[in-house]
Amino acid sequence: MSRFDVNFETETTMMKMMKSLGQKVGQLSLTLGALLATSAALAVNDLPGGPAVNQLDLHPPVTKIAHEQQWLHNFMMILCIVIFVAVFGVMFYSVFKHRKSKGHKASNFHESVKVEIAWTIVPFIIVIFMALPATKTIVAMKDTSAADLTIKATGIQWKWGYDYLKGEGEGIGFVSTLDVNQRALSDSGKPAGDDYLLKVDNPLVVPVNKKVRVITTANDVIHAFMVPSFGIKQDAIPGFVRDTWFRAEKTGDFYGQCAELCGKEHAYMPIHVKVVSAEDYTKWVDGKKKEAAAKADDPNKVWVQADLIARGGKVYSANCAACHQPNGKGGGPIKPLDGSPVVQDADKGKQIHVVLTGQNNGAMPSWKQLSDTEIAAVITYTKNNWSNKTGQTVQPTDVAAARK
Amino acid sequence: MSAVLDPHGHVAGEHGHDDHAHGHPHGWRRWVYATNHKDIGTLYLLFSFTMFMVGGVLALLIRAELFEPGLQIVNPQLFNQLTTMHGLIMVFGAIMPAFVGFANWMIPMQIGAADMAFARMNNLSFWLLIPAALMLVSSFFMPGGAPAAGWTLYAPLTLQMGPSMDAGIFAMHILGASSIMGSINIIVTILNMRAPGMTLMKMPMFCWTWLITAYLLIAVMPVLAGAITMTLTDRHFGTSFFTPAGGGDPVMYQHIFWFFGHPEVYIMILPAFGIISHIVPAFARKRLFGYTSMVYATSSIAILSFIVWAHHMFTTGMPVTGQLFFMYATMLIAVPTGVKVFNWIATMWRGSMSFETPMLFAVGFIFVFTMGGFTGLILSVAPVDIQLQDTYYVVAHFHYVLVAGSLYAMFAGFYYWAPKWTGVMYNETRGKIHFWASLIFFNVTFFPMHFLGLAGMPRRYADYPMQFTDFNMLASIGAFGFGLSQVYFFFFVALPCMRGKGAPAPQKPWEAAEGLEWELPSPAPFHTFETPPKLNASATKILA
Repeated sequence: MSRFDVNFETETTMMKMMKSLGQKVGQLSLTLGALLATSAALAVNDLPGGPAVNQLDLHPPVTKIAHEQQWLHNFMMILCIVIFVAVFGVMFYSVFKHRKSKGHKASNFHESVKVEIAWTIVPFIIVIFMALPATKTIVAMKDTSAADLTIKATGIQWKWGYDYLKGEGEGIGFVSTLDVNQRALSDSGKPAGDDYLLKVDNPLVVPVNKKVRVITTANDVIHAFMVPSFGIKQDAIPGFVRDTWFRAEKTGDFYGQCAELCGKEHAYMPIHVKVVSAEDYTKWVDGKKKEAAAKADDPNKVWVQADLIARGGKVYSANCAACHQPNGKGGGPIKPLDGSPVVQDADKGKQIHVVLTGQNNGAMPSWKQLSDTEIAAVITYTKNNWSNKTGQTVQPTDVAAARK
Repeated sequence: MSAVLDPHGHVAGEHGHDDHAHGHPHGWRRWVYATNHKDIGTLYLLFSFTMFMVGGVLALLIRAELFEPGLQIVNPQLFNQLTTMHGLIMVFGAIMPAFVGFANWMIPMQIGAADMAFARMNNLSFWLLIPAALMLVSSFFMPGGAPAAGWTLYAPLTLQMGPSMDAGIFAMHILGASSIMGSINIIVTILNMRAPGMTLMKMPMFCWTWLITAYLLIAVMPVLAGAITMTLTDRHFGTSFFTPAGGGDPVMYQHIFWFFGHPEVYIMILPAFGIISHIVPAFARKRLFGYTSMVYATSSIAILSFIVWAHHMFTTGMPVTGQLFFMYATMLIAVPTGVKVFNWIATMWRGSMSFETPMLFAVGFIFVFTMGGFTGLILSVAPVDIQLQDTYYVVAHFHYVLVAGSLYAMFAGFYYWAPKWTGVMYNETRGKIHFWASLIFFNVTFFPMHFLGLAGMPRRYADYPMQFTDFNMLASIGAFGFGLSQVYFFFFVALPCMRGKGAPAPQKPWEAAEGLEWELPSPAPFHTFETPPKLNASATKILA
């Protein structure tokens, strides 16, 4: 703990130094760029929580892990520079002194087991010395237990879906995409703005000083959820879930981008996390809940079968088709729904039970986070689609009853 | 005849060897039916330089697009095609075949063998490259364009690609087959055809490093073939190795790929270590400090290269123990690599150095490659890697080791051995211009990328936030300078040598160079060591 505090001071002064240095380098290269007759007078400022102009170092950290990463990076870099200067000091001394043109005669020494052992053992010890502090951070980084809030981030070509799974705000879900104007700006070739390519329609909102566990997965190809200020980068892998965590120590806006090549629009799926105070977070959650309630279905409504089937088709393609396939045939270990005895069973309760609780040790996950109406719709859809012609209708009230 | 591309088969300053007596074919037949290791070596080198230029043009298109934010030249889809093909062409079309070219030229001459062990297979392994390269390059004109999944071809993105992906996979299979044949040839040549008296521990370092490289190639090329074949069957035959919907695992692809991919990194650098280990002693006029430890260090690097692959995958979400193991193993590689650098410096220490172009490139190699080595060490620290993975820091890192590493070593090797190949000396001033221009522009291009990476700019991005503009401009300017330097090298250094223009090269242009190749006249005759030479005790000289 104390190590990080001590280094924090030096870190900030170092960052300041680097920043001013960066501006100088930046000015120089800007002049160079102007010389080469580039059109744009690229007026841009630092984006707090995002990249700074000609930033030379990692982002200013706002989590403990990011602090440790920065400390480790500085530690490694300083150590490497010291070794580099020492080794190449020797080499360049030799290069300048031991020249034929200066009349230096070659000695004829070679092969020394002692020297070889020395320069094997010493680097080995240095490497161990480097690995030790990193080990502690890895263990801390990987500890996603006891989270206050769990959010699922789903990579979708080319946007992020956020679902609040556990903790305050449970049940909130929305999709976050790049601001459309920015994509047009990119095509125009004349972009502008400090938050260019980082502005989204719906930022992810989280409370400050709370441990937030981010579960990542993807719908199509691999994406990566990255927020440099938090020191997190976690691949989002289709069909699998992975997790990471952060506890933001400051309120504010923090930015990241997708960090795994995911196709054409890879550069256009940014991440914007808004860290707010506990009170503001509660207000935001209430707002979202009200918004959702306004849109929600009345769980006591009695539906006609055709409407339920139509709605169920949508629920199916959004949630089930990735595994069970649009044709309901499944594949590999994924069981088919088309012709399934559970689906065709006269007892509707069997399928409701499977959908609510899952099956085969979670190979079929529990879908209880879906609403009663959605579950009723999707079950009715599967019971009356493909070769399944049961004619049965499951109403939201049936699902509600089964939940108890 | 030598490497000189003279249609009449004559060279200025002929040493009076009449090679025509053997009745080898002339004109195009000489090259198409080539079984002579020197001719095949020349073909490999010309092919790889051509591919280097093609890959370079792709790189410059990338840098032109990234000169400023916004899309000006290419659309994002084409951009992804450019990055993918730049990587594939440079790795499989430029660097790997170039080292095989060096191996073909130098291994038989260094070990006192008449030719490579399997002359016709040698011909086949070269000529397989041509259709593969044509297929790769022509994929730009297929429906949907070239593969755009990155050179690592990660699933399941590869499953979304158009038909060019299949062409790409087929091309990689052919290139892999060619590499495996080349490796078998090299291993058999080195193990069976050394002149009497040249024991393994007296063998030149370049042969040692290539022997180890060849084993690595045989071990891992089939693994790559497996990975891309599984991709192919996933695409067309309903398997689901990597499709989660069918129970497959996209991360498994990465494990298989990097089990190939990490040794591949050493395949591209070990022969470079070999070349440098010849040049430094020759120009320091002093023996290599620790020959034995160099051999052991090379072997250790090769063995370790098999157990570090998942450091490319720290962000996939490995368990703690996995991250720790791969971090420790990766850091360990710094030890034998350090041993090599220390040995080179100890060889230079209290030598009597002169700095002709080969030595400049060798010292440039040691200096700049080591910077790439250090960023590698920083990246091996998993928590830091979490920040830097898939950013420009990684791009900077691997260009420091592949361009300033492998490529510089090959330039060093060219300047060192071209007098032997062509019979003429290259122009020293032009060589020096080439070196300094390459060194400066290389650093202007890639050094700013460290900062971009630290600031979090992801790689493979067609467009970027405004704050990254200046460093990207700088990198683009450097890239064009670097590209032009290589064009200069071809027209003003390499081509004149190939045409035989320049001062006639003496048999041993470098006074302290050691090895059997310097026992041969310049240019090396078409056939050499037809009868095994009698060697002195250190196996570096022929006894009359």
